[in-house]
Amino acid sequence: MAHAHNLAILRGLIKFKTNTQKIWGVLILLSIVTAVEVGLGIVKPEWSLTKVLGMKLLNWIFIILTIVKAYYITWDFMHMRDETKGLRRAVVWTAIFLILYLIFILLQEGGYVFDVYKDGYIKRDF
Amino acid sequence: MSTTVVNAEAEGKTWGGGNQPLKASYGKMMMWFFIVSDALTFSGFLAAYGFSRFKFIDSWPIADEVFTHVPFLHGQELPMIYVAFMTFILIMSSVTMVLAVDAGHHLNKAKVTLYMFLTIIGGLIFVGSQAWEWATFIKGDYGAIQTKGGNILQFGHYVDVDGEQKFKRVALRDFAVADAHADRTAHDRDNGLWFVSEGTLPSYTVEEVYAGLIAHEDVLVRTQIIEKGEKTILSREESLKQIKENGKLVVEGANLHVNEYGSPLFADFFFFITGFHGFHVFSGVVINVIIFFNVVLGTYERRKSYEMVEKVGLYWHFVDLVWVFVFTFFYLV
Repeated sequence: MAHAHNLAILRGLIKFKTNTQKIWGVLILLSIVTAVEVGLGIVKPEWSLTKVLGMKLLNWIFIILTIVKAYYITWDFMHMRDETKGLRRAVVWTAIFLILYLIFILLQEGGYVFDVYKDGYIKRDF
Repeated sequence: MSTTVVNAEAEGKTWGGGNQPLKASYGKMMMWFFIVSDALTFSGFLAAYGFSRFKFIDSWPIADEVFTHVPFLHGQELPMIYVAFMTFILIMSSVTMVLAVDAGHHLNKAKVTLYMFLTIIGGLIFVGSQAWEWATFIKGDYGAIQTKGGNILQFGHYVDVDGEQKFKRVALRDFAVADAHADRTAHDRDNGLWFVSEGTLPSYTVEEVYAGLIAHEDVLVRTQIIEKGEKTILSREESLKQIKENGKLVVEGANLHVNEYGSPLFADFFFFITGFHGFHVFSGVVINVIIFFNVVLGTYERRKSYEMVEKVGLYWHFVDLVWVFVFTFFYLV
């Protein structure tokens, strides 16, 4: 049935009675995540500035929280939760694979160019 | 049908056409495929931004220091508050959009109308905020000097905040010594060579800024180089030397060539990516308005299906989705 909604989020931890209720629930969740992001961005706690895998822990937290937000926007607002597996995978995995590839290539290269400027014989800072 | 053989029937069902394995209408699937390709476009832009940032990882502008303004709260430094507000507005308009889709499933015309209207209002507030954000960014705040090599030198001085020495930025207008005789009028087409034009002149010349730097002994120069999360501050002698020897251009605000906050690439990407996103929001609002009028006229009421609302809803949520990423990579990270 086209209008049947899956009303459980967080792997069934929270179950909503109606679709409208679920929408407001997701709004609250997204607002909390955004508030946490902004709060961390303003305070910048000392512990979050340590480097993990070449990037500040804080930045990793921001990126993970962004993906969490993207998940709920796609799954609940765009009704990906209610689509068939085939459609979901065709859309999500295509995008994820291509984007990861693109990010890897460009960031790797950007880091390399930085190293050339830093350790090579090219001077641009005057 | 009952006369056909069993396995032939199954074959007819799967390959005979008229079958919907993905259980989605043509229009909805095409919207999804468009969204995938548009997502790849945006990630191309954001990855290019990441490339430039990694290339200049030790001298990229710090977003917290760039976007500190909130309308009506002039002169206060409130990093990210306004963008957080914009994010909330866009998420909120996404919510009203899903509520419209939900009301559409119940064929409730009055509710669809109301929620579509609220969605449009949310979109307009967002685009307006975006315009204000651009205007503030273009106008600039403190002003800076660009060196021969294209680096940006900013100014500031140490002030005592609760017994702690803190570096505060100083605007050019607060310390530059204006020389009344050095005034030069901007060259216009109508009073000079008609085929040559010139952009707006900065309010001060490099000499005037240098004179101001000499006159104000506490003012120091800050470079683009980041060390331990902070931009490097030069000593007094070094500050004077840098401006005198390397200072070339006074920069106020940002455009596609120069940027008082740091690397011009930062401004270029800011204009390009938020501009491209803003254009999506704008076209989303236009599409929403069209669908809104269709709802009001009862087109979907007669069709007994509000699927069009769902399709534009997908686009609208996608715009929200992109903003979530732009927000992270431009303002937070």
